[in-house]
Amino acid sequence: MSAFRCDLHIHSCLSPCGEDDMTPFSIAGMAKLNGVEVAALTDHNACGNCGTFFHACETYGVVPVAGMELTTSEDVHLLCLFPLLEDALAFAKAVDRNRVRIRNRAEIFGRQLLIGPDDEATGEEKDLLINATTLSLEDAAALVKEYHGAAVPAHVDREGNGIVAVLGDLPETPAFAAVEYRDGANIVRYEKQYPRLRGKRKIVSSDAHRLWEIAEPGYEIELNCKKDAGAETVRKALIDYLNGV
Amino acid sequence: MTVREMADALNLESIAVSDGERTVSGGYAGDLLSWVMGRAQAGDAWVTIMSNPNTVAVASLADVSCIVLAEGVRPDKGVAETAMSRGVNILGSEEPSFALCVKIAALL
Repeated sequence: MSAFRCDLHIHSCLSPCGEDDMTPFSIAGMAKLNGVEVAALTDHNACGNCGTFFHACETYGVVPVAGMELTTSEDVHLLCLFPLLEDALAFAKAVDRNRVRIRNRAEIFGRQLLIGPDDEATGEEKDLLINATTLSLEDAAALVKEYHGAAVPAHVDREGNGIVAVLGDLPETPAFAAVEYRDGANIVRYEKQYPRLRGKRKIVSSDAHRLWEIAEPGYEIELNCKKDAGAETVRKALIDYLNGV
Repeated sequence: MTVREMADALNLESIAVSDGERTVSGGYAGDLLSWVMGRAQAGDAWVTIMSNPNTVAVASLADVSCIVLAEGVRPDKGVAETAMSRGVNILGSEEPSFALCVKIAALL
């Protein structure tokens, strides 16, 4: 077992609410400076910047994780993380077929920038990414599993789109092995109020939308692999951890 | 007015009705279950678009007379069965929540 400093919930400029300077290289560089060893890119309902993020993390020496913050049909935010970039991209394609198409209004929601390998904008996602998909929690959890990933209810301690606020409690199904908190100081209170949260593995992430919000130095997670195991092995150990293996 | 009478008057679909004779004494509308839990009153007809299994749990906890799923929303898998076994009535309608509330209010 080795401890890794992680930030597993970061938005790039592809998310309308992510600032335009949240480019993959800026995120990876900031993560490295902050001491984060494992960083996940988790834009709303899309993985379009994950490829460039992998390049950027390899450049700076950070373990990259491709992910997505999926909005389910119940308006619950679900953090979806994958062992391989390819898994995440295939998952994103499947999610794409379940999106509700509303044109983004950049002046209201913000721009949704796609970033190429040289960290320059190469395009823009035209349809809004933050609205609910047609995937129920049950469907979403099954789809994540199909692509070998881990599904983690995001920021359970947040009123907006947190699973406990939306559904009144953690549902019995689908069964989640881990939950994410925005603030570790909330864990005791939430577990007291919602007994179903007890016994779950817990991660704390920044949910950064701005560069300075990226975790410093990251939240420690003990993973079942050597410190120098290499990115792919570390990711595999992370997904296993989040799936309760 | 009973749940059955309201369903007939408003042409609501009976998705899961185990106690049609339950009296509808008021109404509540809302989709955020943590919010509904502390506010819906016993006997209310609860109009919502939330079809997750936890909807049944909240209905049972708040002791509402029925759930009315608005906008043509279908219950998630297993929800109708759970509702039947817990004695929670579920009705359905194609109409939006606001229109349904107006009609229910007129009947009360």
